[in-house]
Amino acid sequence: MKLNRKVNISSDIPTASMPDIIFMLLIFFMVTTVLREYSGLDVELPKAKRIQKLKSKRHTAHIWLSKQGQISIEDKLVRSENIRHIMYAKRAADPQLTISIKADKSARMGLVSDIHTELRKADALMLNYSSKTAIE
Amino acid sequence: MNKKRRFKGGEIPTSSMADIAFLLLIFFLVTTTIDMDKGLGIVLPAEGEELEIKKTNILNCLINSQGNVLLGGDPVALKDVNKEIRRRLAENDKLIISVKAHKKTKYGDYVSLIDQLKRANATRISIADTE
Repeated sequence: MKLNRKVNISSDIPTASMPDIIFMLLIFFMVTTVLREYSGLDVELPKAKRIQKLKSKRHTAHIWLSKQGQISIEDKLVRSENIRHIMYAKRAADPQLTISIKADKSARMGLVSDIHTELRKADALMLNYSSKTAIE
Repeated sequence: MNKKRRFKGGEIPTSSMADIAFLLLIFFLVTTTIDMDKGLGIVLPAEGEELEIKKTNILNCLINSQGNVLLGGDPVALKDVNKEIRRRLAENDKLIISVKAHKKTKYGDYVSLIDQLKRANATRISIADTE
């Protein structure tokens, strides 16, 4: 029985296809990157513990509500009674639409309730109260 | 003036392509912000969808402008709502919690209340208009 074998396998990692792999990764990141569309209003979000992630960024519309009671959709200040028209159009275009409310923690509930009423009129019922994670 | 030049075959140097691609990749990795929005999910009732519910299955949860909570008539501290709801849900699993806020209630207090209800695993939450 012969035990001395010659190792003839080269131990180099093939680098010829490395640019292709990197390009693929690059294209993946370029495609998945969604740049932030709107800057919104300056709000301090409330904190909550039992929070869940929004399903998809593409099926989300944001409503900002500032401490002073300003309502902003897509960087335009709107009056609460105009929300229904904007949201109705959005909801008709995308039935999976979730509305993310980014309200300041010291905003008043009267306005939030107005938004609720408007959203009900627009048949946009999936809602998400945007909040930060609270530390136990 | 010697204008004769030898054409030596044009080749794009590909040895640095990997480096360039890496650089681009790193740029996109760094600039990609995965700030997934998080929050409390809730579903509003549809317009004109009013159901008759037995009085025993409704628990009114009121919150005033100072952030004080009244749970079915009894004052409860905000941080104890979770336990109280859990206890009541154990007694009656058909319980619907109707949250009603004052106009001047702070949104932050309201969100903490909804959070407390969610932590008590309450699934039937109804949101009434403000008063």
